[in-house]
Order: sequence, then structure tokens, then C-alpha cells
Amino acid sequence: MTLADARDPALVGGKGASLGELARAGIAVPPGFVVAVDGFAAAMAAVDASGALRAQLEALGALGAGDPPLLARACAALRARIIEAPLPSPVADAITASYAALGEPDAPADVAVRSSATLEDSAAASFAGLQDTYLGVTGAPAVLEHVRRCWASLYNEESVAYRRRLGLPERALAMAVVVQRLVAPRAAGVMFTRSPVTGDRSVVAIEGVWGLGSALVSGDVTPDSFIVSKITGEITTRRISPKLKTHTHRPNARVAPPHSPSAHGPGVSVEDTPFNLRDAPCLTDDEIRALAAIARQVEAHYGAPQDIEWALLDADGSPAAPSAPSAPSAPRIVLLQSRPETVWAAKDPAPAGAPKPRPADHVLSLFGKPL
Amino acid sequence: MTEQAGFPLPSQIADVPGAENWRSMYQYFTRFQPEDDQRFWFYNSMHFPEPMPAFDTITGEIPYQAIGANTARLFVFPTTLGIEHRIVNGRIYITANPVLDPAEIERRAAEFGPRAGYYFENWDSLYEGWKDRLRALITEVESIEVPSLPEWEPADVVFGAVGVAQNHYLQENFHRVLALYSKMWHHHTEMLMLGYGAYVVFFQFCQQAFPEISDQTVARMVAGIDVIMYRPDDELRALAKLAVELGVDDLFTEGCDASAVLAALGGRGTAGAAWLAALEAARDPWFHVSSGDGFYHHHLSWNDDLTVPFTALPGYVAAIGAGTLTSRPTELLISERERIASGYRELLPTADEQAAFDQMLGLCRLVFPFVEDHKFYCEHWFTTRFFQKVKEFGALLARFGVIGSADDVFHLHHTEIDQALADLSLAWAAGSPPLGGGHFPPIIAERKRMLKVLEDWSPPPALGPVPEALNDPAVRMLWGITSERIAAWLNPDPDEVVGVAASAGVVEGIARVLHDVSEISSLREGEILVVPVTAPSWAPVFAKIAAAVSDIGGAMSHAAIVAREYGMPAVVGCGDATKRIRTGDRVRVDGDRGTVRVL
Repeated sequence: MTLADARDPALVGGKGASLGELARAGIAVPPGFVVAVDGFAAAMAAVDASGALRAQLEALGALGAGDPPLLARACAALRARIIEAPLPSPVADAITASYAALGEPDAPADVAVRSSATLEDSAAASFAGLQDTYLGVTGAPAVLEHVRRCWASLYNEESVAYRRRLGLPERALAMAVVVQRLVAPRAAGVMFTRSPVTGDRSVVAIEGVWGLGSALVSGDVTPDSFIVSKITGEITTRRISPKLKTHTHRPNARVAPPHSPSAHGPGVSVEDTPFNLRDAPCLTDDEIRALAAIARQVEAHYGAPQDIEWALLDADGSPAAPSAPSAPSAPRIVLLQSRPETVWAAKDPAPAGAPKPRPADHVLSLFGKPL
Repeated sequence: MTEQAGFPLPSQIADVPGAENWRSMYQYFTRFQPEDDQRFWFYNSMHFPEPMPAFDTITGEIPYQAIGANTARLFVFPTTLGIEHRIVNGRIYITANPVLDPAEIERRAAEFGPRAGYYFENWDSLYEGWKDRLRALITEVESIEVPSLPEWEPADVVFGAVGVAQNHYLQENFHRVLALYSKMWHHHTEMLMLGYGAYVVFFQFCQQAFPEISDQTVARMVAGIDVIMYRPDDELRALAKLAVELGVDDLFTEGCDASAVLAALGGRGTAGAAWLAALEAARDPWFHVSSGDGFYHHHLSWNDDLTVPFTALPGYVAAIGAGTLTSRPTELLISERERIASGYRELLPTADEQAAFDQMLGLCRLVFPFVEDHKFYCEHWFTTRFFQKVKEFGALLARFGVIGSADDVFHLHHTEIDQALADLSLAWAAGSPPLGGGHFPPIIAERKRMLKVLEDWSPPPALGPVPEALNDPAVRMLWGITSERIAAWLNPDPDEVVGVAASAGVVEGIARVLHDVSEISSLREGEILVVPVTAPSWAPVFAKIAAAVSDIGGAMSHAAIVAREYGMPAVVGCGDATKRIRTGDRVRVDGDRGTVRVL
């Protein structure tokens, strides 16, 4: 199904549902589609019709009765079967058609294939990130293969062990896969619809780097940071940092999940930022304001402060490397993710003031305060 | 409070070589005393960016006796008495006298509440009465006659049995001029300290509720749209339109000379006469706008020197021809102000905070017309008349050879002028030349020389031990002196001038340092204006520049407000921008951070 139709997290996974909600709210996200959980179910029905293999995992991984080497072998075997088994043809045809629509007949799209687990973003938040994401996948056969790899990644040892610790039933498990046209941003980063430092809700705080946002998330690069007033649009703070490195995609590689500490895995290549771009702001004032406007739109849509991942694309959407800040083509902003801000939401700041019997009493008490 | 942390002590300040005799220009009660080493002083560069001519020290002497009386004696502010000032090497340093004893603060607060409350409760009607009193003072100071000292008194002095000759009025009328100046300053501070108090509480509230909010944004919620500061420029635009309508616009060309244009208009029949009549109507009072902020005798008004209006008029006439003269979009400005205020209000999480916000913003808007417009009545209108009246006494003294020229009078302290007038009175009565002609000219020549030397001295921003905490809202409010500011003074960056972030944005460009509004014809399109202070008389230049930098002013100052309306970056209150930046320097003005960097 298309991203715009992705609603129910039980069907399309957390990531799929979140991107779907953004798309329906009119926010640009990289175009793509979701292979819903029924695709996974159909595939597993072909690979493990009776559920015996999965029951075996449950038994081997049971708390206290664990046999790590045995479990590892069983996992590997199941993963191999999933990766090797051809997809049931209705599922394969649907994926092939949806993928074709993302590109041109003579120029198939570069896509990212991302796991979208149904447990993601729920109480077991740390479960997110245990499954695989593949960047730079090109051509229908490769896409089909990497969808299978995503499914298979549900059965890597860490995931299984994690589920066994929580006692989650293997039979109920499902996974959706999001396939999105690959974003090769000129700049990318995060933004918060309130100040992460002071909690101020009247500003949008934006952090950005050249190239992929992984440079920022991994802590590889100190990002440029900007504070924009939601009310006046004024950019009240700009801190331009020397951005010595730039992350870019490397085709056909497995990428560590974006929020894990080892964010620049094999899928990301780390290069020295061209000298003339290091100290240049990665965003123009207009781009900063455009980002802030989108942030406000997303916040209004969810009705709560948000923590957002964004990417800035040049008009053609696929520059190979960051270009000069004054690139002639109009940029485009897409969001990769939005989730509720949690740090300040949990705090209860003291009120800034309370009304007094007479307005002038505010002044009287100000000057009455001892030094 | 005794440990010295970075700033020199007053006693450690050496005389500037070549101006060792600077003390002879100033009164004994402005000298640093040995015990002053125990206190923290800061250089009031905001009001006194230049070394003080002897007469101009009256702009310290009179305001400080008025401000202190207001806070310490009249309204009985709980935590602060008055302000003391001292002069060293021609520069004015000040310190506030705090009240520290809690029992004393409480005793004063009991008096302060009802007194201040009365003014807030009756603000609008008190302000109406205030304007009447100020206009009366202005009329009175303008009406004071400087005796002409003719050979003989007019006969009706005898036949009317007046009995008092003119020389008597030399000193009496001079004293009246000084007395009116003092009264004006008492009225100046009458409502101002309380008005600033309303600003401070609202600023503090906004900073608590929205830690990232800029002062300029708070100021935009408060700022009135229909304030006097825009009026002189509006009048100029109207005069430009009228010139086009009457067909006399051909006289207003780039670089035109005011007196030549006025003479030519006299020969243009009814059209010329109609324009001249409109000019006369606009001049009183709107051309009483000062080119400075009224703290130096050389801050002249448009009426004193028509250069500024006649430099701006050709531009406006040309803009009308090109169809590009726009008037201030007042409706838009009002709706924008309301949009910003309601935007912030809606972000407040509780109804209580919204109610407090409404109270404080309401109070600010109540006091705003006074806080903004008092400057026109006091620093502009009254003060420029005051200096011109003193200059008339100077002209008289020059006529009798006591001093070389009328302007030389500003190099004498008012007590010395008093002496010169006594001398002149005796001489006129006796029929002999005054003796001052052999006394004052060398003194004045020496003082002029010393002031030139003192101009190059860089005064330390502060003297004496740094106080542990600087939380007095009165000091913060009036002077913007905070612990952070002191820290910046102690660790200055040689290429960075720090001031108040007054209007957002970052711009790089070529600096044009102007010390006087009469120099504005040298300004080129797109330059960055660097000035001691801007006042409404500077309004026409904002159409030409890319950013504004000033030595004097805060977030609510003229330059700040006008720059925000034009949407250009501005940094104000830098203290010494006109000294550290040179015309032709490439500078980066950061209106977000309040810095100007010389590149």
C-alpha cells in the first residue's frame, strides 16, 4: 500500500504508520510504499507453514532453558530460508509494481528498504533498531531480496533474545517493510518544536549538517544550530560549527539503525567536507524558516511538541554530494520521522507569574525586592 | 566588596598626557574621592560618549539631582537611593546607591506602594497634565529675554517707573534658564522611572515564560505605532508631496542648499508662498527634533540647522516622481503587533499566566506613550531651546569681547558664565570694558585643546571592585548593566563591538561612521550606519542603509524601533562603536546576538 494509506501500526508497523500520518497531514516524505504485515504472513506461511520452526525458537530461547549455540543455529537456518524462498507471487507482483512506480522505466529508483516492526515506538521502544535497514537498493530483484532480508532480520539473535526476555509469542510476531525512494540530502538533521535546552515552546530548535543526518545523530559532527521564533520567524540564535565530515550513502549496503551508537556502519561513507563548506551554514535563512514552518505544522497536527528528522533535497532530489549553499535549484524538504518530544513533556516548569489585584502591583513588588 | 577583580581603581587612573589640567574644567563635587575606590563605578557611555565640555556637564549635574530626588525622596523606591557621578579625564562615571538593610527596604516599601500606585492608577490624566506643564516650561524658556545692553535704557523704563535696568536681568534671566532646565528634568523623571518599571516586569515575565525570547520581540509587543518619533519624518514626506503638487519640486535636487531653496521659493509666487507656509507650520513643533539625544550642546534641532530636512527632501521628491514613496503601513504594523502578542499569549500554559501577561502588557502599553514621547518634549524640544538660549547669552558675551564666539560659552561651567555675567553687568554699568576679555579666552582655548586630546582616551568601561551580584532591577533597567555585561567588559574581544541586539538579522557591509546628522549627505546606498545615537531626525537615512549601529540606546530606542520597522539588523548601545569602527571598515552586524565584528 502507499505511504498515504498506511494507518494502522498493527498492519504497517510504527514507522510506516508514522510516515503515513505525516503524508496524510500534507507533509512531504520521500515517496514510497509499505509491504504490510500480511505480506510477511504470506511469506512465513510459505517458509514455515506449520509454525514449527518458530515454535522451536520459542523453546530454545525460553528463559533458563537457553542453549545459545543451538538457538543461533536455528535462527540462522530460519533467516536463510526466508531470504532464499521466493516470495508468493501476489506479494512479489505487488512489490514489483509499487517499486516500478517509484522510478522511470529506464531509470529504476534507488530506494531505502526499512523494517517497520509492529512493536516499534511502543513500550518496547528499544526493540526498534534491532531490525535492518538497507540503503541504496536498486532494481526490483534487489528490492524483493532486501524485503526478505528485513523480514529475516526479525530472527537475528538479538531480536529473538530480546523477545524471549519479554516473553513475547513468536507466532503473533509480524513485520511490515517500508520502501522509500532514497534521500540523498544536501543537508539533514533534527528539529524540536521547543527548545531542548530551556523547554521554550515559542521556538523551533534546528540542528543540521551537510549530507546525511547520521553525521549529527552519531555525534561525528557538531551540527550548526539555529533557534527560530515560531511567532515572529526571527532566527534568534545561529551557531555555525566546523563540519569537518560529511556522511553520504554507499549503495547496496546494510546500515546500522540510525539511532544506534555505531550509526555510520557500512552503508554510510564518511568523507572530509570540502574545505569551502566546513564553516558555511548548511541552511539558508529561507530554508531555516521553511523548516520551522513545517515543524509548526507537524506540531499542530499532533497537538504536542515533536522531535523531527528532516532532510533538505535539491530540486532534482538526488545530488551525489553536498553542493554549495547557493545551489541554484529550489530545495525541497522532506521529513524522515516525527515523534513526540518526551524530555520537557515530563517536566512541570514553575509558572512565570500570576495575576495580582492591580496591574501596578507587579511593578511595586519588583522594586520592593531586596538585592 | 573590597577585592579588586579586573577593573582599575578610580585612584589608579592617570591623567591623559597633554590634558593633565582637565580638572580645571569641572566642579570639585565631580572629582573622585579616595573612598570612592571602595565602590563600583561604570562609564556612562550611553549618555556621555564624548569628553564633556565644561557647560555640558550640566547634563549630568541636573539630571542626576532630578533622578535621585525622584527615586530616593519623592517615590521612595525601596531598594535604591540616587545616582552619584564623577568625572575623570572628561568622562562621566556613575554608581547607584543601593539600600541593603532589609528593615530599611521594608520601611521604604510602605511609602513607595501608595505613592507609585497613585501614578499608575491615574497615569493617563497625569500624563495629560504633564504635557501641559512641559509645554508651559518650553514657552517660558523661549520667552526669556537675553538683555541687549543698549547704550541707554529705552525711555519707557523711566516713564513707566520700572526702575530696574537691564543689567540686573543678565544674571536673573540666566538663572531662570538654568532653573527651568532643572524643572524640566524633574518632570522628565517624574513618570519615567515608574514607566521603565512596567517594562522591566514585562521583560522579566516574558524571559521567564519564554527563555529564548529576544528583547526586541518583547519590545515589538509593547511598541506604540502612533508615536511622536515618526511625526517629523511624516511631515517631511508631506512637504515633499506638497512640493510636487505645487510644482516647486524642481528646487529640491540632490545636494541643494536650504537657504538657497528658501530664497528661490520666495520668488515662486503663490505656490512658493504656500509651500513656505506649510514649512513654517511643520517647523513648530515638529522640527524641534534633535539630531542627538540632548546631552551635548552640539545636538542641534532641525530648526537650528535645516541641513537634515533639506538633505532628505530631494530623496522624497524623487521617490514621489518614481512612485516609490510609501507611507508607514500603520494598519499592518498594528495587526502585526497584536499577532505577536496573541501568539505568545496562546503559548502560555495556564489561564493565570495569561492573566498576568495581560496585566503586564496592558501596563506597558499604558506607560508607552509617555516613555516614548517624553523624549520629544524633554530631550528634543526643551533641551534644544535651552541650549539655544544659553548660546544667546554666549552671543552677548562675545559681543562685549568676554569670549571669542557665541559657542565658546559652552566651554565655561554655568557658575563661570554667572561670573562673566557679573563682570559684564559691572562693566556696562560703569561704562568700561568687561575684564573677562583678558581672563576667559585663554582658558577657553586651553579647554578646547584638552578636549581634543581627551577624545582619544579610551575610558575603562568600569572602575573599582566588581560587586558580587548585580541584581538591582533599577540598575539593569536604566543602564543595562548585568553581571554578563561586566564579564564581557573584563574579557573584551578586540575585533568585536558588543551592544544590545535591537533588530534581527545578519548583514555584512561597509561602515559609514557619522558623528553628526549634518554629515548624512556622505552616506551611500547600502552602507552600514554607525552613529553615536539616532533620533527621529535621522529617520530619512533608514531608507538608504543596510544596518544601523549606535553607541547609545536600548531595545526601545529610536534606532531599534525604526530598524525593526524597516526589517534591517541593528545593534544599539555599543558604547564605543563610533570610536572602534572606521568609515570604510567591512563589518558584520549581527542583530540577533548584538555584536558588530570588524572583518
